[in-house]
Amino acid sequence: MSNLNKLNSVLIKKTLKLDCGKEISNFPLAYETYGNLNENKDNAILIFHALTGDQYASGINPVTNKEGWWNYAVGPGKPFDTDKFFIICANVIGGCMGSYGPGSIDPLTNKPLGTNFPVITINDMVNAQYNLLDHFKIEKLFAVAGGSMGGMQVLQFVSNFPNKAKVALPIACTASHSAQNIAFNELGRQAIMSDSNWKEGLYNEKLTNPDKGLAVARMAAHITYLSKQGLQEKFGRNLQERSDLKFGFDADFQIESYLRYQGSVFVDRFDANSYLYITRAMDYFDLTKQFGGNLSKAFKNTKTKFFIISFTSDWLYPTSENKDIVIALNAIGADVGFVEIKTDKGHDSFLLDVPDFLSTIKNYLNTTYSNINERRI
Amino acid sequence: MKEEFKVISKFIEEKSRVLDVGCGDGVLMEFLSKNKVVDIRGLEISKEKVKKCLSKGLAVIEGDAENDLKQFPDLSFDYVILSQTLQAFMNPEKVIENLLRVGKKVIVTIPNFGHWKVRLDLLFKGEMPVTKNLPYQWYDTPNLHMCTILDFYNFCNNRGINIFKTISLNGQTISNIKRSNLKYKNLISELGIFLLEK
Repeated sequence: MSNLNKLNSVLIKKTLKLDCGKEISNFPLAYETYGNLNENKDNAILIFHALTGDQYASGINPVTNKEGWWNYAVGPGKPFDTDKFFIICANVIGGCMGSYGPGSIDPLTNKPLGTNFPVITINDMVNAQYNLLDHFKIEKLFAVAGGSMGGMQVLQFVSNFPNKAKVALPIACTASHSAQNIAFNELGRQAIMSDSNWKEGLYNEKLTNPDKGLAVARMAAHITYLSKQGLQEKFGRNLQERSDLKFGFDADFQIESYLRYQGSVFVDRFDANSYLYITRAMDYFDLTKQFGGNLSKAFKNTKTKFFIISFTSDWLYPTSENKDIVIALNAIGADVGFVEIKTDKGHDSFLLDVPDFLSTIKNYLNTTYSNINERRI
Repeated sequence: MKEEFKVISKFIEEKSRVLDVGCGDGVLMEFLSKNKVVDIRGLEISKEKVKKCLSKGLAVIEGDAENDLKQFPDLSFDYVILSQTLQAFMNPEKVIENLLRVGKKVIVTIPNFGHWKVRLDLLFKGEMPVTKNLPYQWYDTPNLHMCTILDFYNFCNNRGINIFKTISLNGQTISNIKRSNLKYKNLISELGIFLLEK
Protein backbone atom coordinates (compact mmCIF):
# COMPACT_ATOMS: atom_id res chain seq x y z
CA MET A 1 0.00 0.00 0.00
CA SER A 2 2.79 2.37 -0.93
CA ASN A 3 0.93 4.66 -3.30
CA LEU A 4 -1.74 5.78 -0.82
CA ASN A 5 -0.54 9.36 -1.23
CA LYS A 6 -1.72 9.50 -4.83
CA LEU A 7 -5.37 8.80 -3.99
CA ASN A 8 -8.11 11.43 -4.18
CA SER A 9 -8.46 12.88 -0.78
CA VAL A 10 -9.96 15.89 0.91
CA LEU A 11 -8.47 17.42 4.05
CA ILE A 12 -11.31 18.01 6.53
CA LYS A 13 -10.38 21.17 8.37
CA LYS A 14 -13.56 21.49 10.41
CA THR A 15 -13.38 20.02 13.89
CA LEU A 16 -15.30 16.79 14.27
CA LYS A 17 -16.39 15.90 17.78
CA LEU A 18 -16.31 12.14 18.08
CA ASP A 19 -18.73 10.09 20.17
CA CYS A 20 -15.85 9.06 22.45
CA GLY A 21 -15.44 12.73 23.39
CA LYS A 22 -12.22 13.41 21.48
CA GLU A 23 -12.04 15.97 18.72
CA ILE A 24 -10.29 15.60 15.40
CA SER A 25 -9.55 18.17 12.71
CA ASN A 26 -7.33 18.54 9.64
CA PHE A 27 -7.76 14.88 8.83
CA PRO A 28 -7.80 13.26 5.38
CA LEU A 29 -10.84 11.60 3.87
CA ALA A 30 -10.02 9.55 0.79
CA TYR A 31 -12.74 9.22 -1.83
CA GLU A 32 -13.41 8.18 -5.40
CA THR A 33 -16.09 9.36 -7.81
CA TYR A 34 -17.69 7.78 -10.86
CA GLY A 35 -19.76 9.52 -13.53
CA ASN A 36 -20.40 13.25 -13.71
CA LEU A 37 -22.25 15.68 -11.51
CA ASN A 38 -24.91 17.31 -13.69
CA GLU A 39 -25.63 21.03 -13.91
CA ASN A 40 -28.52 20.92 -11.44
CA LYS A 41 -26.36 18.87 -9.08
CA ASP A 42 -29.32 16.59 -8.48
CA ASN A 43 -27.84 13.28 -9.59
CA ALA A 44 -25.36 12.55 -6.81
CA ILE A 45 -25.40 9.27 -4.91
CA LEU A 46 -23.25 8.70 -1.85
CA ILE A 47 -22.36 5.04 -1.42
CA PHE A 48 -21.13 3.76 1.92
CA HIS A 49 -18.84 0.75 2.04
CA ALA A 50 -18.97 -2.26 4.35
CA LEU A 51 -16.42 -3.50 6.91
CA THR A 52 -13.57 -4.35 4.57
CA GLY A 53 -14.55 -2.17 1.62
CA ASP A 54 -13.01 1.09 0.49
CA GLN A 55 -13.69 3.99 -1.85
CA TYR A 56 -13.13 1.84 -4.97
CA ALA A 57 -16.68 0.67 -5.55
CA SER A 58 -16.20 0.25 -9.29
CA GLY A 59 -13.51 -0.14 -11.93
CA ILE A 60 -10.06 -1.29 -10.88
CA ASN A 61 -8.73 -0.46 -7.43
CA PRO A 62 -5.33 1.14 -8.20
CA VAL A 63 -3.82 -0.05 -4.92
CA THR A 64 -4.83 -3.71 -5.02
CA ASN A 65 -5.24 -3.92 -8.83
CA LYS A 66 -8.43 -5.86 -8.20
CA GLU A 67 -11.98 -5.07 -9.29
CA GLY A 68 -13.96 -2.60 -7.19
CA TRP A 69 -16.04 -4.20 -4.44
CA TRP A 70 -19.40 -3.24 -5.96
CA ASN A 71 -18.60 -3.78 -9.62
CA TYR A 72 -21.87 -5.63 -10.19
CA ALA A 73 -23.84 -2.60 -9.03
CA VAL A 74 -21.78 0.46 -9.96
CA GLY A 75 -20.73 1.36 -13.50
CA PRO A 76 -22.06 2.35 -16.93
CA GLY A 77 -25.50 0.82 -17.51
CA LYS A 78 -25.43 -0.85 -14.09
CA PRO A 79 -27.96 -0.25 -11.28
CA PHE A 80 -25.97 2.72 -9.99
CA ASP A 81 -25.57 3.87 -13.56
CA THR A 82 -22.52 6.07 -13.91
CA ASP A 83 -23.81 7.29 -17.29
CA LYS A 84 -26.63 8.89 -15.36
CA PHE A 85 -25.58 9.35 -11.75
CA PHE A 86 -22.60 10.89 -10.03
CA ILE A 87 -21.36 8.31 -7.55
CA ILE A 88 -19.26 9.29 -4.56
CA CYS A 89 -17.71 6.71 -2.30
CA ALA A 90 -15.32 7.49 0.56
CA ASN A 91 -13.07 5.35 2.69
CA VAL A 92 -14.50 5.47 6.24
CA ILE A 93 -12.43 7.04 8.98
CA GLY A 94 -10.71 4.21 10.79
CA GLY A 95 -10.08 2.59 7.40
CA CYS A 96 -6.80 1.85 5.68
CA MET A 97 -7.20 3.21 2.14
CA GLY A 98 -6.08 6.78 2.69
CA SER A 99 -8.60 8.11 5.19
CA TYR A 100 -7.68 9.05 8.74
CA GLY A 101 -7.14 5.77 10.57
CA PRO A 102 -4.88 3.85 12.94
CA GLY A 103 -2.26 3.67 10.18
CA SER A 104 -2.09 7.49 9.92
CA ILE A 105 1.08 9.16 11.12
CA ASP A 106 0.87 11.00 14.43
CA PRO A 107 2.54 14.40 13.72
CA LEU A 108 3.73 14.60 17.32
CA THR A 109 5.68 11.34 17.26
CA ASN A 110 6.06 10.84 13.51
CA LYS A 111 4.91 7.27 14.03
CA PRO A 112 1.66 5.50 13.08
CA LEU A 113 -1.11 6.11 15.58
CA GLY A 114 -1.89 2.44 16.09
CA THR A 115 -4.13 2.02 19.11
CA ASN A 116 -3.68 5.69 19.96
CA PHE A 117 -6.25 6.28 17.25
CA PRO A 118 -9.56 7.18 18.96
CA VAL A 119 -12.38 4.64 19.03
CA ILE A 120 -14.85 5.71 16.37
CA THR A 121 -18.51 4.99 15.70
CA ILE A 122 -20.79 4.68 12.68
CA ASN A 123 -22.07 8.15 13.61
CA ASP A 124 -18.50 9.54 13.44
CA MET A 125 -17.93 7.90 10.04
CA VAL A 126 -21.12 9.45 8.65
CA ASN A 127 -20.41 12.90 10.11
CA ALA A 128 -16.95 12.82 8.53
CA GLN A 129 -18.35 11.87 5.12
CA TYR A 130 -21.02 14.57 5.31
CA ASN A 131 -18.21 17.02 4.57
CA LEU A 132 -18.12 15.65 1.02
CA LEU A 133 -21.38 17.46 0.28
CA ASP A 134 -19.65 20.77 1.00
CA HIS A 135 -16.61 19.64 -0.95
CA PHE A 136 -18.69 18.98 -4.08
CA LYS A 137 -21.10 21.85 -3.31
CA ILE A 138 -24.05 19.50 -3.38
CA GLU A 139 -27.14 20.83 -1.62
CA LYS A 140 -29.04 17.54 -1.61
CA LEU A 141 -28.07 14.04 -2.65
CA PHE A 142 -30.36 12.04 -4.87
CA ALA A 143 -29.59 8.94 -2.84
CA VAL A 144 -27.54 7.32 -0.13
CA ALA A 145 -26.94 3.59 -0.40
CA GLY A 146 -24.98 0.77 1.14
CA GLY A 147 -25.06 -2.83 2.32
CA SER A 148 -24.14 -4.32 5.68
CA MET A 149 -22.12 -1.68 7.58
CA GLY A 150 -22.82 0.56 4.57
CA GLY A 151 -26.54 0.14 5.32
CA MET A 152 -25.98 1.15 8.93
CA GLN A 153 -24.30 4.31 7.66
CA VAL A 154 -27.31 4.96 5.41
CA LEU A 155 -29.64 4.80 8.42
CA GLN A 156 -27.38 7.00 10.51
CA PHE A 157 -26.98 9.49 7.66
CA VAL A 158 -30.72 9.93 7.14
CA SER A 159 -31.21 10.23 10.88
CA ASN A 160 -28.47 12.87 11.25
CA PHE A 161 -29.33 14.77 8.07
CA PRO A 162 -33.04 14.19 7.41
CA ASN A 163 -33.18 16.64 4.56
CA LYS A 164 -30.06 15.73 2.62
CA ALA A 165 -31.03 12.63 0.64
CA LYS A 166 -34.17 12.05 -1.42
CA VAL A 167 -33.78 8.28 -1.45
CA ALA A 168 -32.19 5.87 1.03
CA LEU A 169 -31.24 2.28 0.25
CA PRO A 170 -30.15 0.38 3.34
CA ILE A 171 -29.38 -3.18 2.25
CA ALA A 172 -28.91 -6.32 4.37
CA CYS A 173 -28.32 -4.39 7.57
CA THR A 174 -29.66 -3.74 11.04
CA ALA A 175 -30.50 -0.80 13.26
CA SER A 176 -28.86 -2.45 16.22
CA HIS A 177 -25.91 -4.87 16.23
CA SER A 178 -27.04 -8.14 17.80
CA ALA A 179 -25.22 -10.22 20.43
CA GLN A 180 -24.37 -12.71 17.66
CA ASN A 181 -22.91 -9.93 15.49
CA ILE A 182 -20.80 -8.68 18.40
CA ALA A 183 -19.70 -12.24 19.21
CA PHE A 184 -18.36 -12.86 15.71
CA ASN A 185 -16.58 -9.52 15.69
CA GLU A 186 -15.02 -10.26 19.06
CA LEU A 187 -13.77 -13.58 17.72
CA GLY A 188 -12.02 -11.72 14.91
CA ARG A 189 -10.52 -9.15 17.23
CA GLN A 190 -9.26 -11.80 19.61
CA ALA A 191 -7.62 -13.63 16.72
CA ILE A 192 -5.71 -10.44 15.84
CA MET A 193 -4.84 -9.44 19.37
CA SER A 194 -3.67 -12.98 20.24
CA ASP A 195 -1.13 -12.85 17.42
CA SER A 196 2.22 -12.09 19.07
CA ASN A 197 3.03 -9.85 16.10
CA TRP A 198 0.21 -7.49 16.99
CA LYS A 199 2.43 -5.90 19.71
CA GLU A 200 -0.44 -4.08 21.42
CA GLY A 201 -1.24 -2.43 18.13
CA LEU A 202 2.23 -0.99 17.57
CA TYR A 203 3.27 -3.53 14.92
CA ASN A 204 3.98 -0.82 12.35
CA GLU A 205 6.75 0.54 14.54
CA LYS A 206 8.13 -2.88 15.27
CA LEU A 207 7.98 -3.79 11.57
CA THR A 208 5.99 -6.93 12.24
CA ASN A 209 2.48 -7.74 11.04
CA PRO A 210 -0.22 -9.80 12.79
CA ASP A 211 -0.98 -11.56 9.49
CA LYS A 212 -1.92 -14.88 11.04
CA GLY A 213 -4.40 -13.33 13.42
CA LEU A 214 -5.91 -11.12 10.74
CA ALA A 215 -6.21 -14.10 8.36
CA VAL A 216 -8.06 -16.14 10.99
CA ALA A 217 -10.34 -13.17 11.67
CA ARG A 218 -11.15 -13.00 7.97
CA MET A 219 -11.74 -16.74 7.72
CA ALA A 220 -14.20 -16.71 10.59
CA ALA A 221 -15.99 -13.65 9.23
CA HIS A 222 -16.11 -15.08 5.73
CA ILE A 223 -18.14 -18.06 6.97
CA THR A 224 -20.75 -15.65 8.34
CA TYR A 225 -21.12 -14.03 4.92
CA LEU A 226 -22.17 -17.28 3.26
CA SER A 227 -25.13 -19.59 3.78
CA LYS A 228 -24.94 -23.22 4.81
CA GLN A 229 -26.71 -24.24 1.63
CA GLY A 230 -24.40 -22.09 -0.51
CA LEU A 231 -21.30 -23.62 1.07
CA GLN A 232 -22.68 -27.13 0.71
CA GLU A 233 -23.49 -26.62 -2.96
CA LYS A 234 -20.17 -24.99 -3.78
CA PHE A 235 -17.84 -27.22 -1.77
CA GLY A 236 -19.73 -30.07 -0.17
CA ARG A 237 -17.15 -32.52 1.15
CA ASN A 238 -15.01 -32.20 -1.97
CA LEU A 239 -11.32 -32.86 -1.45
CA GLN A 240 -8.60 -30.41 -2.43
CA GLU A 241 -6.33 -31.80 -5.17
CA ARG A 242 -6.23 -35.24 -3.60
CA SER A 243 -8.15 -38.43 -4.01
CA ASP A 244 -8.31 -39.41 -0.36
CA LEU A 245 -7.98 -38.07 3.17
CA LYS A 246 -4.38 -37.59 4.27
CA PHE A 247 -4.88 -38.18 8.00
CA GLY A 248 -3.23 -34.88 8.88
CA PHE A 249 -4.04 -31.22 9.30
CA ASP A 250 -3.32 -29.95 5.82
CA ALA A 251 -6.26 -28.60 3.87
CA ASP A 252 -7.85 -31.91 2.88
CA PHE A 253 -11.16 -30.28 2.01
CA GLN A 254 -11.78 -27.63 -0.63
CA ILE A 255 -13.59 -25.46 1.90
CA GLU A 256 -10.46 -25.41 4.08
CA SER A 257 -8.28 -24.43 1.18
CA TYR A 258 -10.78 -21.77 0.13
CA LEU A 259 -10.88 -20.18 3.57
CA ARG A 260 -7.09 -20.24 3.90
CA TYR A 261 -6.85 -18.49 0.54
CA GLN A 262 -9.43 -15.87 1.58
CA GLY A 263 -7.42 -15.23 4.74
CA SER A 264 -4.10 -14.95 2.94
CA VAL A 265 -5.23 -12.49 0.26
CA PHE A 266 -7.02 -10.37 2.83
CA VAL A 267 -3.88 -9.59 4.85
CA ASP A 268 -2.26 -8.11 1.74
CA ARG A 269 -4.92 -5.45 1.45
CA PHE A 270 -6.18 -4.79 4.96
CA ASP A 271 -4.76 -3.39 8.17
CA ALA A 272 -5.25 -5.32 11.40
CA ASN A 273 -5.85 -2.25 13.56
CA SER A 274 -8.40 -0.93 11.08
CA TYR A 275 -10.18 -4.26 11.44
CA LEU A 276 -10.31 -3.78 15.22
CA TYR A 277 -11.59 -0.21 14.99
CA ILE A 278 -14.20 -0.77 12.33
CA THR A 279 -15.66 -3.91 13.92
CA ARG A 280 -15.84 -1.95 17.19
CA ALA A 281 -17.77 0.82 15.44
CA MET A 282 -20.25 -1.78 14.13
CA ASP A 283 -20.67 -3.31 17.59
CA TYR A 284 -21.39 0.08 19.12
CA PHE A 285 -24.07 0.77 16.50
CA ASP A 286 -27.48 0.88 18.12
CA LEU A 287 -29.66 3.49 16.45
CA THR A 288 -32.65 2.33 18.50
CA LYS A 289 -30.83 3.09 21.73
CA GLN A 290 -29.65 6.45 20.38
CA PHE A 291 -33.33 7.38 20.30
CA GLY A 292 -34.35 6.08 23.70
CA GLY A 293 -35.50 2.68 22.49
CA ASN A 294 -37.81 4.01 19.79
CA LEU A 295 -36.30 3.55 16.33
CA SER A 296 -39.10 5.55 14.70
CA LYS A 297 -37.81 8.68 16.41
CA ALA A 298 -34.55 8.33 14.46
CA PHE A 299 -36.51 9.16 11.32
CA LYS A 300 -38.99 11.69 12.68
CA ASN A 301 -40.28 14.07 9.99
CA THR A 302 -38.19 12.38 7.31
CA LYS A 303 -39.20 13.08 3.72
CA THR A 304 -36.73 10.52 2.40
CA LYS A 305 -38.01 7.63 0.32
CA PHE A 306 -36.69 4.36 1.77
CA PHE A 307 -36.12 1.13 -0.10
CA ILE A 308 -35.00 -1.67 2.20
CA ILE A 309 -33.73 -4.98 0.90
CA SER A 310 -32.90 -8.22 2.71
CA PHE A 311 -31.90 -11.69 1.50
CA THR A 312 -33.55 -15.00 2.39
CA SER A 313 -30.28 -16.79 3.20
CA ASP A 314 -28.63 -13.93 5.12
CA TRP A 315 -28.38 -15.12 8.73
CA LEU A 316 -25.93 -12.41 9.79
CA TYR A 317 -28.37 -9.54 9.20
CA PRO A 318 -31.57 -11.53 8.78
CA THR A 319 -34.81 -10.34 7.21
CA SER A 320 -36.39 -9.91 10.65
CA GLU A 321 -33.87 -7.20 11.57
CA ASN A 322 -34.33 -5.42 8.25
CA LYS A 323 -38.08 -5.62 8.77
CA ASP A 324 -37.73 -3.94 12.15
CA ILE A 325 -36.55 -0.87 10.25
CA VAL A 326 -39.55 -1.11 7.89
CA ILE A 327 -41.90 -1.37 10.88
CA ALA A 328 -40.32 1.66 12.57
CA LEU A 329 -40.74 3.66 9.36
CA ASN A 330 -44.33 2.57 8.81
CA ALA A 331 -45.15 3.56 12.38
CA ILE A 332 -44.46 7.18 11.42
CA GLY A 333 -45.99 6.98 7.96
CA ALA A 334 -42.67 7.26 6.14
CA ASP A 335 -42.40 6.37 2.45
CA VAL A 336 -40.94 2.88 2.50
CA GLY A 337 -40.58 -0.05 0.14
CA PHE A 338 -39.29 -3.43 1.20
CA VAL A 339 -38.51 -6.73 -0.48
CA GLU A 340 -36.72 -9.88 0.61
CA ILE A 341 -34.73 -11.27 -2.31
CA LYS A 342 -34.62 -15.05 -2.68
CA THR A 343 -31.04 -16.31 -2.95
CA ASP A 344 -28.77 -18.91 -1.36
CA LYS A 345 -25.71 -16.63 -1.45
CA GLY A 346 -26.04 -15.48 2.17
CA HIS A 347 -25.12 -12.05 3.48
CA ASP A 348 -22.66 -11.61 0.61
CA SER A 349 -25.60 -11.53 -1.84
CA PHE A 350 -25.49 -7.74 -1.97
CA LEU A 351 -21.97 -7.87 -3.41
CA LEU A 352 -22.62 -10.64 -5.90
CA ASP A 353 -24.36 -11.16 -9.20
CA VAL A 354 -27.93 -11.61 -7.95
CA PRO A 355 -29.99 -10.54 -11.00
CA ASP A 356 -33.29 -9.99 -9.14
CA PHE A 357 -31.59 -7.73 -6.65
CA LEU A 358 -29.64 -5.74 -9.23
CA SER A 359 -32.51 -5.26 -11.67
CA THR A 360 -34.94 -4.15 -8.97
CA ILE A 361 -32.51 -1.51 -7.72
CA LYS A 362 -31.77 -0.34 -11.25
CA ASN A 363 -35.45 0.10 -12.11
CA TYR A 364 -36.26 1.66 -8.75
CA LEU A 365 -33.51 4.27 -9.05
CA ASN A 366 -34.33 5.12 -12.66
CA THR A 367 -38.07 5.45 -12.11
CA THR A 368 -37.70 7.37 -8.87
CA TYR A 369 -35.17 9.75 -10.39
CA SER A 370 -37.48 10.61 -13.28
CA ASN A 371 -40.56 10.76 -11.03
CA ILE A 372 -38.84 13.24 -8.74
CA ASN A 373 -37.75 15.31 -11.71
CA GLU A 374 -41.30 15.36 -13.04
CA ARG A 375 -42.36 16.42 -9.53
CA ARG A 376 -44.85 13.63 -9.49
CA ILE A 377 -43.67 12.30 -6.15
CA MET B 1 -57.93 -0.39 -16.49
CA LYS B 2 -60.36 -2.71 -14.77
CA GLU B 3 -63.88 -1.37 -14.19
CA GLU B 4 -63.42 -2.26 -10.57
CA PHE B 5 -60.47 0.11 -10.23
CA LYS B 6 -62.46 2.92 -11.83
CA VAL B 7 -65.15 2.51 -9.21
CA ILE B 8 -62.58 2.39 -6.41
CA SER B 9 -60.81 5.50 -7.64
CA LYS B 10 -64.14 7.38 -7.71
CA PHE B 11 -64.55 6.62 -4.00
CA ILE B 12 -61.21 8.24 -3.19
CA GLU B 13 -60.96 11.95 -2.59
CA GLU B 14 -57.99 13.87 -3.91
CA LYS B 15 -54.84 14.28 -1.85
CA SER B 16 -55.65 11.51 0.55
CA ARG B 17 -53.43 8.85 2.07
CA VAL B 18 -54.15 5.37 0.76
CA LEU B 19 -52.99 1.84 1.64
CA ASP B 20 -53.58 -0.83 -1.01
CA VAL B 21 -53.58 -4.21 0.73
CA GLY B 22 -52.73 -6.95 -1.73
CA CYS B 23 -51.71 -4.38 -4.31
CA GLY B 24 -50.58 -6.96 -6.88
CA ASP B 25 -48.30 -5.43 -9.50
CA GLY B 26 -49.39 -1.93 -8.58
CA VAL B 27 -51.78 -1.03 -11.43
CA LEU B 28 -54.29 0.68 -9.15
CA MET B 29 -51.52 2.37 -7.16
CA GLU B 30 -50.04 3.80 -10.34
CA PHE B 31 -53.40 5.02 -11.56
CA LEU B 32 -54.19 6.70 -8.25
CA SER B 33 -50.79 8.33 -7.90
CA LYS B 34 -50.99 9.73 -11.42
CA ASN B 35 -54.57 10.96 -11.26
CA LYS B 36 -55.45 11.73 -7.69
CA VAL B 37 -52.08 12.92 -6.36
CA VAL B 38 -52.43 10.63 -3.41
CA ASP B 39 -49.81 9.47 -0.96
CA ILE B 40 -50.09 5.76 -1.58
CA ARG B 41 -48.55 2.65 0.00
CA GLY B 42 -48.91 -1.01 -0.86
CA LEU B 43 -48.67 -4.35 0.90
CA GLU B 44 -48.19 -7.46 -1.20
CA ILE B 45 -47.36 -11.06 -0.37
CA SER B 46 -45.82 -12.17 -3.70
CA LYS B 47 -42.11 -11.39 -4.07
CA GLU B 48 -42.43 -11.23 -7.86
CA LYS B 49 -45.20 -8.65 -7.66
CA VAL B 50 -43.41 -6.63 -4.98
CA LYS B 51 -40.34 -6.44 -7.23
CA LYS B 52 -42.54 -5.23 -10.11
CA CYS B 53 -44.03 -2.52 -7.91
CA LEU B 54 -40.64 -1.38 -6.61
CA SER B 55 -39.32 -1.31 -10.16
CA LYS B 56 -42.03 1.26 -10.83
CA GLY B 57 -40.81 3.24 -7.82
CA LEU B 58 -43.94 2.44 -5.80
CA ALA B 59 -43.71 2.31 -2.00
CA VAL B 60 -44.68 -1.31 -1.56
CA ILE B 61 -43.60 -3.63 1.21
CA GLU B 62 -43.50 -7.39 1.05
CA GLY B 63 -45.75 -8.79 3.70
CA ASP B 64 -49.04 -10.45 4.44
CA ALA B 65 -52.16 -8.71 5.69
CA GLU B 66 -52.80 -11.22 8.47
CA ASN B 67 -49.44 -10.47 10.14
CA ASP B 68 -48.13 -7.19 8.82
CA LEU B 69 -51.07 -4.79 9.14
CA LYS B 70 -50.37 -4.42 12.83
CA GLN B 71 -47.34 -2.22 12.16
CA PHE B 72 -49.55 0.57 10.81
CA PRO B 73 -50.86 2.98 13.46
CA ASP B 74 -54.58 3.55 14.10
CA LEU B 75 -56.33 5.65 11.44
CA SER B 76 -53.03 6.32 9.66
CA PHE B 77 -54.67 6.16 6.22
CA ASP B 78 -57.69 7.95 4.77
CA TYR B 79 -58.55 4.87 2.73
CA VAL B 80 -57.50 1.24 2.90
CA ILE B 81 -58.27 -0.86 -0.16
CA LEU B 82 -58.73 -4.63 -0.18
CA SER B 83 -59.46 -5.80 -3.70
CA GLN B 84 -60.68 -9.39 -4.13
CA THR B 85 -58.46 -10.93 -1.48
CA LEU B 86 -60.70 -11.15 1.60
CA GLN B 87 -61.75 -14.68 0.70
CA ALA B 88 -58.12 -15.88 0.71
CA PHE B 89 -57.37 -15.10 4.35
CA MET B 90 -57.25 -17.63 7.16
CA ASN B 91 -59.10 -15.19 9.37
CA PRO B 92 -61.01 -12.62 7.28
CA GLU B 93 -62.86 -11.30 10.32
CA LYS B 94 -59.61 -10.24 11.97
CA VAL B 95 -58.30 -8.71 8.74
CA ILE B 96 -61.43 -6.56 8.37
CA GLU B 97 -61.07 -5.51 12.00
CA ASN B 98 -57.48 -4.43 11.30
CA LEU B 99 -58.39 -2.62 8.08
CA LEU B 100 -60.98 -0.60 9.97
CA ARG B 101 -58.44 0.19 12.66
CA VAL B 102 -55.80 1.43 10.18
CA GLY B 103 -58.09 3.25 7.73
CA LYS B 104 -60.65 5.97 8.27
CA LYS B 105 -62.54 4.44 5.37
CA VAL B 106 -62.16 0.96 3.94
CA ILE B 107 -62.94 -0.22 0.42
CA VAL B 108 -63.53 -3.96 0.10
CA THR B 109 -64.22 -5.78 -3.15
CA ILE B 110 -65.57 -9.31 -3.08
CA PRO B 111 -66.09 -11.78 -5.90
CA ASN B 112 -69.76 -12.64 -5.48
CA PHE B 113 -70.46 -16.31 -4.83
CA GLY B 114 -74.16 -15.51 -5.10
CA HIS B 115 -73.96 -14.72 -8.85
CA TRP B 116 -76.46 -16.71 -10.90
CA LYS B 117 -73.79 -18.53 -12.92
CA VAL B 118 -72.22 -19.78 -9.71
CA ARG B 119 -75.58 -20.89 -8.41
CA LEU B 120 -76.44 -22.67 -11.67
CA ASP B 121 -73.12 -24.49 -11.78
CA LEU B 122 -73.78 -26.00 -8.41
CA LEU B 123 -77.49 -26.59 -9.04
CA PHE B 124 -77.31 -28.21 -12.47
CA LYS B 125 -73.78 -29.52 -12.84
CA GLY B 126 -73.35 -30.41 -9.19
CA GLU B 127 -69.73 -29.21 -9.47
CA MET B 128 -67.85 -26.46 -7.67
CA PRO B 129 -68.25 -23.32 -9.82
CA VAL B 130 -65.39 -22.12 -12.02
CA THR B 131 -65.96 -18.61 -13.44
CA LYS B 132 -64.03 -15.59 -14.73
CA ASN B 133 -63.64 -14.12 -11.25
CA LEU B 134 -63.30 -17.52 -9.57
CA PRO B 135 -61.07 -19.38 -12.03
CA TYR B 136 -59.81 -22.09 -9.67
CA GLN B 137 -60.65 -25.73 -9.18
CA TRP B 138 -61.75 -26.76 -5.69
CA TYR B 139 -58.40 -28.43 -4.99
CA ASP B 140 -56.07 -25.57 -5.98
CA THR B 141 -58.08 -22.53 -4.96
CA PRO B 142 -56.48 -19.96 -2.65
CA ASN B 143 -60.02 -18.93 -1.73
CA LEU B 144 -60.74 -20.30 1.71
CA HIS B 145 -63.74 -18.20 2.67
CA MET B 146 -66.05 -17.50 -0.26
CA CYS B 147 -69.06 -15.33 0.44
CA THR B 148 -71.91 -13.61 -1.37
CA ILE B 149 -72.71 -9.90 -1.47
CA LEU B 150 -75.59 -10.63 0.90
CA ASP B 151 -73.28 -12.52 3.28
CA PHE B 152 -70.84 -9.63 3.48
CA TYR B 153 -73.67 -7.13 3.82
CA ASN B 154 -75.00 -9.09 6.82
CA PHE B 155 -71.47 -9.52 8.19
CA CYS B 156 -71.03 -5.74 8.32
CA ASN B 157 -74.49 -5.09 9.74
CA ASN B 158 -74.04 -7.64 12.51
CA ARG B 159 -70.80 -5.96 13.58
CA GLY B 160 -72.05 -2.41 13.44
CA ILE B 161 -69.78 -1.56 10.51
CA ASN B 162 -71.21 1.34 8.53
CA ILE B 163 -71.73 0.65 4.85
CA PHE B 164 -71.55 4.00 3.07
CA LYS B 165 -72.02 2.74 -0.39
CA THR B 166 -72.22 -0.56 -2.22
CA ILE B 167 -71.61 -0.88 -5.92
CA SER B 168 -72.48 -3.83 -8.13
CA LEU B 169 -70.29 -4.73 -11.06
CA ASN B 170 -71.52 -7.06 -13.75
CA GLY B 171 -69.25 -7.03 -16.78
CA GLN B 172 -69.04 -3.35 -17.72
CA THR B 173 -72.27 -2.48 -15.93
CA ILE B 174 -71.99 -0.45 -12.76
CA SER B 175 -75.00 0.04 -10.49
CA ASN B 176 -75.86 0.92 -6.92
CA ILE B 177 -76.84 -1.72 -4.42
CA LYS B 178 -79.50 -0.65 -1.94
CA ARG B 179 -81.35 -2.50 0.78
CA SER B 180 -84.35 -2.69 -1.56
CA ASN B 181 -82.54 -4.36 -4.47
CA LEU B 182 -80.00 -6.33 -2.43
CA LYS B 183 -81.36 -9.82 -3.17
CA TYR B 184 -81.64 -9.09 -6.89
CA LYS B 185 -78.14 -7.55 -7.11
CA ASN B 186 -76.79 -10.52 -5.20
CA LEU B 187 -78.02 -12.65 -8.09
CA ILE B 188 -76.71 -10.56 -10.99
CA SER B 189 -73.42 -9.03 -9.71
CA GLU B 190 -70.03 -10.55 -10.40
CA LEU B 191 -68.35 -8.21 -7.94
CA GLY B 192 -69.52 -6.23 -4.95
CA ILE B 193 -67.58 -3.11 -3.95
CA PHE B 194 -68.18 -1.84 -0.41
CA LEU B 195 -67.20 1.48 1.12
CA LEU B 196 -67.05 0.97 4.88
CA GLU B 197 -66.39 2.86 8.06
CA LYS B 198 -66.12 1.66 11.63
